Amino acid sequence: MASPSPTGLLRRGEGMHSASFLSSWKRILLLRETSSLVMLFLVIIVFFSIAPLFLSKENVGVILEIIPELGIVALGITMLMIAGEFDLSVGSVFAFCPIMMALFMTWGMHPVLAVVAALFVGIALGALNGLVTLVFGIPSFITTLGSMLIWRGGVLLITGGWPPPFPTQMSTTILVGKIGILRASLFWFVVVTFLLWFILERTDFGNWMFATGGNQVAARAMGIDVRKVKLANFMLCAFLAGFAGIIQSFRLQTTLPSMGNGLEMEAIAATVIGGTSLGGGVGTLIGTVVGSFLIRIIDNGLIMARAPSYWFRVFIGIATILAVILNTFVRERAKKLRC
Amino acid sequence: MHDHRYLVEMRNIHKWFSGVCALRGVDFAVGYAEIVGLVGDNGAGKSTLIKILSGFYPPDEGKIFFEGQERHFSSPHEARDLGIETIYQEAAMVPKMSIMRNIFMGRELSRMRLGSLGYLDIPRMEEEAMKALQGVGLHLRSPHALVEELSGGQRQGVAIARAMYFKSKLVILDEPTNNLSVKESEKVLEFILELKRQGISSIFISHNLYHVYPVADRIVVLSHGEKIGDFRREETSVEKITKLMVLP
Ligand SMILES: Nc1ncnc2c1ncn2[C@@H]1O[C@H](COP(=O)(O)OP(=O)(O)OP(=O)(O)O)[C@@H](O)[C@H]1O
Ligand SMILES: [Mg+2]
Repeated sequence: MASPSPTGLLRRGEGMHSASFLSSWKRILLLRETSSLVMLFLVIIVFFSIAPLFLSKENVGVILEIIPELGIVALGITMLMIAGEFDLSVGSVFAFCPIMMALFMTWGMHPVLAVVAALFVGIALGALNGLVTLVFGIPSFITTLGSMLIWRGGVLLITGGWPPPFPTQMSTTILVGKIGILRASLFWFVVVTFLLWFILERTDFGNWMFATGGNQVAARAMGIDVRKVKLANFMLCAFLAGFAGIIQSFRLQTTLPSMGNGLEMEAIAATVIGGTSLGGGVGTLIGTVVGSFLIRIIDNGLIMARAPSYWFRVFIGIATILAVILNTFVRERAKKLRC
Repeated sequence: MHDHRYLVEMRNIHKWFSGVCALRGVDFAVGYAEIVGLVGDNGAGKSTLIKILSGFYPPDEGKIFFEGQERHFSSPHEARDLGIETIYQEAAMVPKMSIMRNIFMGRELSRMRLGSLGYLDIPRMEEEAMKALQGVGLHLRSPHALVEELSGGQRQGVAIARAMYFKSKLVILDEPTNNLSVKESEKVLEFILELKRQGISSIFISHNLYHVYPVADRIVVLSHGEKIGDFRREETSVEKITKLMVLP
């Protein structure tokens, strides 16, 4: 497969016989996920040695139930960033959709229908981001900075500061039901990861995404409808943000207007830590999954180590910058290795 | 009436850009399996002429015939569907993508379709990409290498291989030897000759007459939006064309 993907390793036919020891090392070093994976292992070891309870069954369960909500949002951001655009409004959509869902239910809508309708609201918000960006030709950073504020304001307006009561008549098993220490949301995270990976790496649409983000002029010259590609990804990204928001509201059994505050920054950090480029055309979903794990593990590990909570932001900041430096540095070095 | 000696014929083409006249009444034709060199000073109108031919702009006046039929291209897509492939130096490739993915960009091979999604047939794309590259004499190690790792000449080769693979009838190259070393330029000239051997016509734009002259069957000279020369190679020489370009 295309080398930006982790699947380069699994290429058929390229045998062990020709690949020397050095070149397989080189391949691993060239993978975009490598530096984030190394950081993840180091962080786990450090937290485990400080607080052995960090790896207890209960705590692993806690970590695994908070990861999907960030991870699903970050996967959407990754797709959009590969296609060359940006979305800062995911945190606001993350709050907007569950509130709409609760509102629909207080109007007497069937719970399943209310969830579906709320997800459509998410898609519509994404389409709006995309259309404004593409029709007026302005940077999506600006469009979504605006819509981030607008939807957050909208959430407060709708709730008037008081969240609608969380409907109790509804079963939440399908999204957040528990089996042992695992929640259903983890399953959904795996499903979303696989589906998006398939679309990105194994379909023509994925190829158009890399082309659109990598060189829009060339993509257009080869007949790719770059606007359609981008619009679809804006919609996908907002849809996933809304979906993750609904998962969180199911888990916490509330819809707070403050949900997802600052989530856009964590999701972008997870994406960048995982090796996706801000410039578009380069990125991997597996890296984003690793980045999401890293962020939530730092979050949880600091609590387990009884560190004051403000350290969280400090560490995420350091991790983000370090991951990008490592990635650039390691790959530059690896390219120079002879094989 | 239309003349069947030509694959493409452009007649009396005019183009204005907000007051600037870029082309004034240019007649331009390309025969079957013919290499036409298009030369002229900066701003002579070469790029404008081929952009009209490849569907980027409509002409303000004039007609275009392709394989004997009059055509009005409203997008580059339409021209490409007819077999007119344009290779721009900067815009031909996505550097961060693999050679294989670049070759099939926008025209991927799929095993099956799920609605509007096509499931890529990667083994076939690998195989066909290698075949296409060998078709122009490019022997690259793997179709998965990134285009950014290729030299400028190799990139031109990949773009030409792509045009050949998709059975283009006319390949337009806008300054393909720009910024290339002597050796790399020679490779590109070799690719262009390979197109001709396979019966594909091409238009080769360059400032360097020493690149155009040895390979072109015919050389067309533009100056200030007008055609001031159209010679078969046998009838002319680099010196004569240079004089013509300098004098008016
Ligand atoms: N999009 C445009 N808008 C306005 N003027 C244009 C545009 N494209 C070309 N021109 C003008 O038309 C004339 C012909 O330009 P063109 O690019 O066709 O020249 P060229 O022969 O390709 O030159 P070069 O060798 O420098 O590439 C120039 O005077 C140029 O300034
Ligand atoms: Mg030009």
